[in-house]
Amino acid sequence: MSVAAIPRRLAVSAILAGALAASFLAASLLAAHAEIPLNERRSVYEDMSADNKAMQDDDTANPAMLSVLDGEALWQAKAGSAQKSCADCHGDAKDKMKGVAAHYPAFDAAAGRPVNLEQRINLCRESHQNATPFSFESKELLALTAYLGLQSRGEPIAPPDDPRLKPFIEQGRALYDQRQGQLNLSCGQCHDDNRGKSLAGNKVPQAHPTGYPIYRLEWQGVGSLQRRLRNCMIGMRAEPYPYGATEHVNMELYLMWRARGMKLETPAVRP
Amino acid sequence: MVARTLINVPAKAKRGEVIAIKSLISHIMENGFRHDNVGKPIPRDIITSMVCTYNGEEIFSTTLYPAIAANPFITFYTVATETGTIAFKWTGDNGFVIDASAKITVE
Repeated sequence: MSVAAIPRRLAVSAILAGALAASFLAASLLAAHAEIPLNERRSVYEDMSADNKAMQDDDTANPAMLSVLDGEALWQAKAGSAQKSCADCHGDAKDKMKGVAAHYPAFDAAAGRPVNLEQRINLCRESHQNATPFSFESKELLALTAYLGLQSRGEPIAPPDDPRLKPFIEQGRALYDQRQGQLNLSCGQCHDDNRGKSLAGNKVPQAHPTGYPIYRLEWQGVGSLQRRLRNCMIGMRAEPYPYGATEHVNMELYLMWRARGMKLETPAVRP
Repeated sequence: MVARTLINVPAKAKRGEVIAIKSLISHIMENGFRHDNVGKPIPRDIITSMVCTYNGEEIFSTTLYPAIAANPFITFYTVATETGTIAFKWTGDNGFVIDASAKITVE
């Protein structure tokens, strides 16, 4: 080995190390910032089988519509010690609640934080009907949420343009980018970076909450976005947040912001 | 909550036309083979039969078994013969009986 050769080799390895470091840096930046271009976003609906699409498209074949019927009855039913129904204050949901679900989660001034549609329904029950709130994932709460969601079907998802929501959207985004669980995955590593690729025979979806509450065939029932989020967290072997946790709501808010402008499909059918 | 049904029968049809009939009913279809979180068996609770009549005459019937998923969706075809009522009756465990019907006008 000549003396002159040493600096050259060092230089080569320095360049290699630099390139490696740069690629790691790029990879870590990608994990946090690879947002899907707005025009490349797609609903899972577009990737479903023809049978599943047909099930969602036909209101007499979509089993979530059974829950909607329950929701319609609950909307009219008098509840709590106030003996008032939702309709007594809000009127005809078909007319008055159009577009409402597309704007949730929204900021609640009294709570000082965003609340999702389920929480809004329960706040209404407590403060206006003097009724006990429904438990999360109860048949009743899902039914009312699905009924309200249906009134916004076809409307673009439109998170409120409320400066008070900004920090909560950022918290949701931070959670989305946070590596979690024993698999040490962030949401974005699957749903942004590897969207459309195969995972155990399924296409990795982009995770746009366009149709909640959904009828999921695997569940044989209707479930909320939070139930779906908990599924994902269990899948990456993380401790799922409890129903109604602020982390969940912030995540919902971020996901709705991320899906802004996409058409609401509630109540959607998913495999 | 009461069981909900969704019936899809065309409101109008031509005499002799083949029509699709769709029916959907809310039911948990608990198969009886599962256990709860303390190991106690969950008793079977399923719909066992569905019968469809057209102006009183049976045109379709089926037996349902534990392997059928929740909220059974049953669809079949028939020939529109006369104006009248297409009626459905589901029966199941624990005295479950639900009726539903739809009108059809045949021209």
